[in-house]
Amino acid sequence: MEEHYKHLYEALSQVDGYIYPNEIDLHWGLMIVLYPYITGLVAGAFILASLERVFNVKVLKPTYGLALLTALAFLLVATLPLVSHLQHPLRAYEIFMTPNPTSAMAIFGFVYLWYLMVVLLLEIWFDYRLDFVLWSKKSKGFKKYFYRIITLGIHDTDAKSAKLDDRLGYFITVLGIPSAFLLHGYVGFIFGSIKANPWWSTVLMPVIFLFSAMVSGIALVMVIYMVVSWVRKVEIDMPCLDTIAKYLFYILIIDFALESLDQIHRIYEAEESFDIIKVLVSGKLNITLFIMQVLLGTVIPLLIIGIFQVYKPDEKIRKAAYFFVGIIVLIGIFFMRWNVVIGGQLFSKSLSGFTSFKAVYSGMEGYLMAAVWLILPLLILTFLLWLMPPWKKLTTHE
Amino acid sequence: MGTERKINNRRKFFQTSAALVGGTLLYSLIKPFEALSQSKEEATKIAKEDLPLWGMGVDLERCVGCGKCAEACKIENNVPKEPFYFRTWVEQYTVKKDGEVKIESPNGGIGGLKQSVPDEDIFKSFMVPKLCNHCTKAPCVQACPVGATFISPDGVVLVDDTYCIGCSYCIQACPYGARFMNPVTKVADKCTFCYHRITKGLLPACVEACPTDARIFGDLRNKESDLVKFLQENPTQVLKPHLNTHSRVFYNGLSSEVK
Repeated sequence: MEEHYKHLYEALSQVDGYIYPNEIDLHWGLMIVLYPYITGLVAGAFILASLERVFNVKVLKPTYGLALLTALAFLLVATLPLVSHLQHPLRAYEIFMTPNPTSAMAIFGFVYLWYLMVVLLLEIWFDYRLDFVLWSKKSKGFKKYFYRIITLGIHDTDAKSAKLDDRLGYFITVLGIPSAFLLHGYVGFIFGSIKANPWWSTVLMPVIFLFSAMVSGIALVMVIYMVVSWVRKVEIDMPCLDTIAKYLFYILIIDFALESLDQIHRIYEAEESFDIIKVLVSGKLNITLFIMQVLLGTVIPLLIIGIFQVYKPDEKIRKAAYFFVGIIVLIGIFFMRWNVVIGGQLFSKSLSGFTSFKAVYSGMEGYLMAAVWLILPLLILTFLLWLMPPWKKLTTHE
Repeated sequence: MGTERKINNRRKFFQTSAALVGGTLLYSLIKPFEALSQSKEEATKIAKEDLPLWGMGVDLERCVGCGKCAEACKIENNVPKEPFYFRTWVEQYTVKKDGEVKIESPNGGIGGLKQSVPDEDIFKSFMVPKLCNHCTKAPCVQACPVGATFISPDGVVLVDDTYCIGCSYCIQACPYGARFMNPVTKVADKCTFCYHRITKGLLPACVEACPTDARIFGDLRNKESDLVKFLQENPTQVLKPHLNTHSRVFYNGLSSEVK
């Protein structure tokens, strides 16, 4: 507590202009930056998988299973930063027990559960069920038990049953696309619906969140696919990688256009809040917005992949460039979330001043904890890839 | 083996999953109606129209910025004394001759507000006490994911301490900065119009402590109340009317500089 007060006194001494006295502390810190970031990665990775399965972009096949498992690994972690940031984490279940129907946040719990239980788990299960049966026959130890349990007692291996799995899996994927849109559009709505905050309150917020989610998810799968291929010492499928990059390029253009539209609209309308937002953007957010989000996360990737659309250099160069682009896009989207969540709390609702944000290293809200929440899904993914490697699948959907 | 068994297998699997998901959903749907099956007292409860509808008037022409209200509030409601937690506070506005508006509220005005601008530079200066506006369409109540914050039948926005999960969404949703996270109880905290006092016929602590009667507390439904008279006799305004929160704290003499 003393530490917290010391921190607040320091922030108090750095207040610029006038802020309401209750606004010195930022109530949402790094954990809430991570929450839309991680959820976005899930939605984006899933949509990439759907491109292959529903929209028939067959060249993306090598990344289908990988994208699904990536989505699952991140989805399992998605709510943890959220729950850990609660002042009363043990009461979190109340969101499911007595949800307030008018609250954007309350409905998220159900959207999340729907997505995890109905969409992702079912789709993966249908995709793998036959393999689980076949693998259980030739594995030993833990794997054998796991495969046997996870078949849920359905051991059919004939062609008809495989077809049934395939059809149901396809159906779930079709259902999954609007669900992924819902999942992340919804996260945007949590911010976009706060009329008290002019930086958040825009009808475009859900759409912007959705497209930036796709951008980050696609970039993530692209990077993971390259890393996994290097680790497995197998050749990267270049047509697949080029196609992923192409989609990344198109969706990044849409995302950039939407975000620019949002800003242009603000500038042109120049409502009451515009004066303070102008100072926010050119001052406290100038590095995270202009350098990290726009230049590093958007303009440079667009230039690089854009050039590749007309001029294709050597594979080696392309691989290195895609890897680099993937990483900077991921950094850029992280800072996009940062600019929304932290940026929206730096200025006072009195529109007359600013508080400051200083992230700490230790504690539940610190950088170390944030690193844990970002590394944990990668560990889960590693485990999933060991347990159910998509490249060892004996069956594949049509 | 056969297609039929396969379909049965799937069917069973779907049935079990659906039952699990459905059960949870059903429980959360039924829970809000729990009250219906309870006590008869509920059934005989007084009709809303017979209850008071609490509100407050603030006469800015009377406020001298002594900060006694903010101080009394902290003592009465056990609000942490650190200068980051306020259920009510007083802002001092100073419009300088060059047009610049300076707003200050050191320690919420506790200990009295002092003018930091030299007299000759001042165009005008005034005090504005702030508190929860007890909105009729409260954005905080709309946002709370679990329904821990609610509007009482007599029109006071309250927080259930035993229920709040501490997500801070209500704090983000409040346009007036009237809420804070209590570092001791770890739940959202705010002005209750001193609910424990007003339900016993007493005045809120801030109203009682005000030496100039700048705060007028009363029942908006009682046409004889001081508050209704205040609203009748003065042109009053609410804060941030464009947000359509239908606030129940009314200001007399509110200047356009106030946000």
